[in-house]
Amino acid sequence: MEIQAMTAFEIKKGIEEGKFTSEEIVKMLFERIKEVDPKVEAYITLCEEEAIKSAKIVDEKVKKGEKLGKFAGVPIAIKDNICTDGVKTTCASKILEDFIPPYDATVIKKLKEEDAIIIGKVNMDEFAMGSSTENSAFLKTKNPWDLQRVPGGSSGGSAAVVAAGIAPVSLGSDTGGSIRQPAAFCGVVGLKPTYGVVSRFGLVAFASSLDQIGPFGKTVEDCAMLLEVIAGEDKMDSTSVKEKYDTDYLSVLDGSVKGLKIGVPKEFFGKGLNEEIKASMESVMEKLREMGAEVEETSMPITEEGLSSYYIISSAEASSNLDRYDGIRYGYRAKDYESVDELMEKTRTEGFGKEVKRRIMLGTYALCSGYYDAYYNRAQKLRKEIKREFEETFEKYDLILSPTSPVLPFLSGEKSENPMEMYLADIYTVNINLAGVPAISLPCGFSKDGLPIGLQIIGPHFGEKKILKAAYALEQELKVDTLAIK
Amino acid sequence: MSYETIIGLEIHVELNTKTKIFCNCSTKFGSKPNSNTCPVCLGFPGTLPVINEEVVNLAVKAGKVLGCRINKLNKMDRKNYFYPDLTKAYQISQFDLPICSGGHVDFELDGVKKSVQLNRIHIEEDPAKLIHLEDEPFSLIDYNRAGVPLAEIVTEPDMHSPEEAVAFLKTLKSLLEYAEVSDCRMDQGSLRCDANISLRPVGQEALNTRVEIKNINSFKEIQKALEKEQKRQSELYTYGEGHKIKQETRRWDSGKGRTIPMRSKEDADDYRYFPDPDLVPIVVSDSQIERIETTIPELPPQKKKRFLEQFKLTEKEVEILVADKALSHFYEEVVDLGGDPKTTANWILSDVLRVLKEKEIESSDMTLKPEMLCKLIKLIVEGKISITAGKEVFNEMFETGKDPEDIVKDKGLSQISSSDVLEKIVDEVLAANPKSIEDYKSGKLQAAGFLMGQVMKKSKGQANPGIAKELVEAKLKEF
Repeated sequence: MEIQAMTAFEIKKGIEEGKFTSEEIVKMLFERIKEVDPKVEAYITLCEEEAIKSAKIVDEKVKKGEKLGKFAGVPIAIKDNICTDGVKTTCASKILEDFIPPYDATVIKKLKEEDAIIIGKVNMDEFAMGSSTENSAFLKTKNPWDLQRVPGGSSGGSAAVVAAGIAPVSLGSDTGGSIRQPAAFCGVVGLKPTYGVVSRFGLVAFASSLDQIGPFGKTVEDCAMLLEVIAGEDKMDSTSVKEKYDTDYLSVLDGSVKGLKIGVPKEFFGKGLNEEIKASMESVMEKLREMGAEVEETSMPITEEGLSSYYIISSAEASSNLDRYDGIRYGYRAKDYESVDELMEKTRTEGFGKEVKRRIMLGTYALCSGYYDAYYNRAQKLRKEIKREFEETFEKYDLILSPTSPVLPFLSGEKSENPMEMYLADIYTVNINLAGVPAISLPCGFSKDGLPIGLQIIGPHFGEKKILKAAYALEQELKVDTLAIK
Repeated sequence: MSYETIIGLEIHVELNTKTKIFCNCSTKFGSKPNSNTCPVCLGFPGTLPVINEEVVNLAVKAGKVLGCRINKLNKMDRKNYFYPDLTKAYQISQFDLPICSGGHVDFELDGVKKSVQLNRIHIEEDPAKLIHLEDEPFSLIDYNRAGVPLAEIVTEPDMHSPEEAVAFLKTLKSLLEYAEVSDCRMDQGSLRCDANISLRPVGQEALNTRVEIKNINSFKEIQKALEKEQKRQSELYTYGEGHKIKQETRRWDSGKGRTIPMRSKEDADDYRYFPDPDLVPIVVSDSQIERIETTIPELPPQKKKRFLEQFKLTEKEVEILVADKALSHFYEEVVDLGGDPKTTANWILSDVLRVLKEKEIESSDMTLKPEMLCKLIKLIVEGKISITAGKEVFNEMFETGKDPEDIVKDKGLSQISSSDVLEKIVDEVLAANPKSIEDYKSGKLQAAGFLMGQVMKKSKGQANPGIAKELVEAKLKEF
């Protein structure tokens, strides 16, 4: 089998069974990357030497018959806002252009403990702010299905490498849809876990109360397997969840949706939804009924307010989180300055891109003493109501179904000058982060022009198993191609 | 018109923890610059704070000692502002839900009982320390202090004179020291004070514009800074220029002995406080509070009462001893080892305090062991050395840490109490001074004093003066 078509699951099994070595896999993959990545432009940093070294260690373990980790020998790409010890972590920003963290994020630590092979760091919107990956200071990543179009964002690089077959799986982060929307745009699977299931330690913060790391893969099974590795309480993250929940996600993938009650909120099908996406969703709903699920229209009116609440809260937190990039301790520092104030001002002026500055200003404004109640506080109240509405809906339904994005992948440059239109791309995903619940984006077909369409399955808090079970069943039924570049 | 002074204080104390508030770095004072740091306290990208439970415990303890209400649900907020001493460009502090509310500190000033009400106590992280070099165009930053836990204690505007503010602060300091909430070393910056001061016509209810004074680091400076600012405002009011008093922050320049404007209210940062999303709310349980209460040791008021009853000291003596935790502890140890309570108190209140002051040493840094002082006192009581020799031994012992008995031996300071030896010396002195004997006989009794002096001189100061005096007088009467 060719490397680009292999899933993480197949690689892991092949290595365990001695069909091939991890070193062979890694070397094949880097050859493929050298051929394909110049077209897709997804990797900011490649770790070829280290990857081969790590692969050899795994192969040695196989040879000696030692116990192997859950991800033994499997290559993985990492979004460039997740800290990797000794490897540049830029957040696709000039301000962290040369930043090399002296520590691993908890998810990286866990991956290494399970013998995964980190192959490189991938592109994103600067500081995860954006929906097209066009806000990167370094690269313009292309959608592997149509190189004229964007891969979505902010985890555009993480989605593109999987769709282009230049990484079997990857990690992204999702603050308002940053895993699910690019997964939909690139026609791959992407999961945002329940807030608190995956440690945020080492994830460079955008909006701390919304950020969550999650997996990308060509299959639901790969996402389940990867989630199993990265989930779990972490003493380094106070917001990671202490209570016990099972992480044996693979165990529930039985292909059945029989008896599941699925709610479809009409607010997620309003004006602005692309007709082809709408039609695709309707056929999926029909399919689910055929498979034995109960699919029913419902209403979640408050979710229409989600976007404004999201942009206020996320920008407010971002304005504070990004204040530390002042050129004093690490990262970019302006060249000419007369005073420390000027040093900080110039560093930030030169170091941050347009969208990041826009959000910092928006967030700073929302937190100012005279406006706090009108904006930040109101947004928080709204967030509580959104959370409550999700909880109420999950009293009636096991899962909620919706499109992931209202639009198909758009052309590069099409929306980059119109932030409001760009923000609308997140309209179906932001509520999930506000409520803190988990959701997956699953490819469900293509437009007549061959552009991928994604659906979103939302579950209750800690309902990852339910989501994965339903997504797996649908995946088996729909059989959608997830490899864009053969 | 006469004016009344209104003073409120904000006191920052570093809490007595081994590690910082949000990471495992040491809080040790005086370490090599930037050695007690890690990615978390340096605010590196992606790092997260995790609260040190001990900080919560100590803040609750402080609250209990100061009679506060403990807010069982409280939370951490971010105070956002740009400054190179802040690693994250925000300080994690508490805004609208502090860990303790209310409380009071009771004390006496010139025999009058006073009580200062507290507004709140909240916990926060200390920023780094900036070092500005005199003749260089750059500053240095020591991040060892970044993340050291602080409790900020805010009083109501309840004090009416610099003396009262100082007396309050002394009482607060000793309470916190006794409770082991903080070591309260003003010289090391573990207790720092900002003061708000305003004046108003006597009888007026509303408060006038206040001025905040920062950077006052000793009781003496606080007294001086407040006096100076009180005078400045009083003059402005007296000459009808009261409107010139602006709400502003002024820095106390101890070298120049005056306050200097730092920033006015208009330039003040908007701190954009909001709850820190990286931390979960702090919940203090009843059982936790009960457990903390059992760790509160004897506090100064109880200790004063006990010292008065147990050791029969004067009120003044007890006052001075108890005000200094380390000193009172030292005192009790000497007494426990057998030192006479009164004599021990005399030694500590005169000689120990004198040397500490001369050498500018904090009592808690004193190397003098209670055993040593106890031995010295015994040597004197048992007549083995004279009081004068005792003072010399004390100085030497304080300086070198040598055993007092060894010092006595080395310096030949032991006292001659044996009557045989003394009698010989007295006889020799009398034989050499027939004129003095004549004088004495003729009624000039002061001649005895002269002869005593001669005895002391001949014995190189080692004669036991009591016995020598008896001998001289007895011999003279024989003539």
